Amino acid sequence: MESVSIRTRGLVKKYGDVTALNGVDLEVHEGETFGLLGPNGAGKTTTVKILITLAQPEAGSAQVGGVDILREPARARRLFGYVPQELTADRALTARENLRWFAGMYHLDRSTREHRVRELLDLVDLAEAADRPVRTYSGGMKKKLDLACGLIHDPKILFLDEPSLGLDVKVRADLWRYVLGLKQRGVTVFLCTNYMDEADRLCDRVAVIDRGRIAVAGTPDELRAALGGDVITLETPPEASGTLAGLAQALSTLPFVKETLADGSRLSVYVEANETALPRVLEQASARGTTIQRIAYSRPGLDEVFLKYTGHRIDEEAQRV
Amino acid sequence: MSEFLQETWAQLVRWLIHLQRERFSLTFALVSPIVFLVFFGGAFSQMAQASLRGESYRTFILPGIVALTVFGGSLSGGIELLFDKENGTLTRILAAPISRASILVSRFLYVNLVSSIQVCIIVALALLLGARIATGIPGLLVLIAMGLLLGFALTVISLMLAFVLTNHGEFFAILSFLTLPLAFLSSAFVPLDKMPAWMAVCARLNPMTYAVNGMRTLVLSGWDWGYLAKMALALMVFDTLCLLLGVSTLRRRIG
Repeated sequence: MESVSIRTRGLVKKYGDVTALNGVDLEVHEGETFGLLGPNGAGKTTTVKILITLAQPEAGSAQVGGVDILREPARARRLFGYVPQELTADRALTARENLRWFAGMYHLDRSTREHRVRELLDLVDLAEAADRPVRTYSGGMKKKLDLACGLIHDPKILFLDEPSLGLDVKVRADLWRYVLGLKQRGVTVFLCTNYMDEADRLCDRVAVIDRGRIAVAGTPDELRAALGGDVITLETPPEASGTLAGLAQALSTLPFVKETLADGSRLSVYVEANETALPRVLEQASARGTTIQRIAYSRPGLDEVFLKYTGHRIDEEAQRV
Repeated sequence: MSEFLQETWAQLVRWLIHLQRERFSLTFALVSPIVFLVFFGGAFSQMAQASLRGESYRTFILPGIVALTVFGGSLSGGIELLFDKENGTLTRILAAPISRASILVSRFLYVNLVSSIQVCIIVALALLLGARIATGIPGLLVLIAMGLLLGFALTVISLMLAFVLTNHGEFFAILSFLTLPLAFLSSAFVPLDKMPAWMAVCARLNPMTYAVNGMRTLVLSGWDWGYLAKMALALMVFDTLCLLLGVSTLRRRIG
C-alpha cells in the first residue's frame, strides 16, 4: 500500500465574501507526481498557499509529509520545497549566491552547502552561468535557478506552481526532464498547471479543481477512460457499407473493444487505450474483405476531461484573464 | 539559536551583496544631505550668524543633517522587503523554515549599518568643510549611537509599512509626505527657542528633535551627560513604542 504524502480534508478558504476553496479533499501518494489542474481563479494557488503554511483555511485539515500543517507549520516547512510561479531569484546576486542564500535559510552546513550548490547548478544546466548576476539571465535560466533554489535541502516533497508559465518550448522541455528526474528519485511533486499537455506528460495522477472544489481525480488514463476511452472511426465507400455490420460484430468479440456503433458507411469502435488496437482492427477488416476508405484514431485529451467535469474549456478560461 | 544566527546571516549576506553591487543607491542617498550641508550651510550662515552666538551655521546644522540622513535611510529601509513582497520572493522566504524575526533582524542590521556608514561620510565631509565637534572622536561615536537610536524606531516603522502596504507607490507617497514636514518641524535647521510657539510644540513631539538636540550638545558644547541621558531616554521611549506597535502588527500579518 502506498503511503500518503499530502492529504487535505474539507479545506475551506474565504477572502471576504469570495469563497476561494469550498471543501477541498486531496490525497497525494509518496513519490508520485500529482497535478492540480484548473483555470486561473479555480483555487490552485490558494490550495498551494495553504499547503506551504502561508494561508490559514477557515475549515478543514491538511497534512504534508505526515505533519499537521495547521498545528506545526514550522516543522512542515522543513519537509517541502516550493517554487512559485513568479520569477523570484534575487537579480543582483549570482546563481551561486542565490543558492547559498537559500542554503543558509535551510540550515545546510558549509560543506553540504557547497556540494549541493554545485550539484544543483549542474542539474539545471547553470554551471557555466553560475557566477553571473541573475539580471543577465534569460527568463528560462531564472526559472531553472528558482527550481534549484526549491531543491536546495533535497526535499522529499516539492510544490511547483505553474512551472512553465511563459516559457519557451526548449525550457519547458528541460523543466519537464528535471521533474521526471525528480520522480525517479522518489520525490513527491505537487504541480499546479493549466496546461493539459504538461499534466498529461508529467503526472501520475491529476485532480481537476473548479470553483474551489475538486471536480474529479484520477490517473490521466482513468479520466480519459471515463469519457468512453479512445475511438477508432472508419469509413467505407458507400457501396461497401453493407459489409460494416458483419465487421462490427466481429470486432465486438475482441477483448479491448468496448462498443461499436455503425452509422451508414461509418463505424465507430470504442476501445480501451491500447496501441495495438488500430492494427488489429485493420487486420479484421482486411480478413473480412471490407474496403476502408478512411480511418482515424483519436484519444480524448485532458481538455475534454476538463470540459466534461467543469462545463467549460480550460483555454477559454485562461484567455479571460 | 545557531539556526537563527545562520538564517539571519544568510539574509544579511544577501543585502550586503546588494550594497556592494549597487553602490549607486548608497551614494545617491547621500546627495541631498550633502547638498544641505554644503549649500544650505553656506547660504544661511550669514543670516544665522547673528542669532547663533558665533558658532558656524554649518556646525550648527550638522546634527540636523545627520538626523536627516538616518531618517531617510531608515524610513526607506523597508522598501526592499516590499519589492520582495511584490515579486513573490517574500512568499518563498516565508515558506522556508526560518524564524520570521530573522527576516526583520537581517534587514534591520543592514539598514543601521548603512546609516552608520553614511553618518561617518557626512561627518567627515563636514569636518573637511571646517565644522568642529566639541567632544572629539568619542563624541562622534556617541553621535552615531544617537543617530541609531532614532534610526531604530524608523526602521521598525519602515519594515512595518512594508508588510502593511501593497505596493511601493504607496510607500514612496508616504515617504515623501513625511520627510519634509518632519525635517522642518524639528530642531534640525532652527533651534527650538527661535521657533514660533506652535512650531516648537510640534517640534517637541517630533523624535527627530531629541536626536538632533542630543547630537548638538556633543557637537557644540561638550559632555553634558544629564542632558544626553534625557535625550537618549526620549528616543528609547519612542523606540519602544514603535517596536511594540511593529511586533503586534507583524504578528497579525505573518503569524
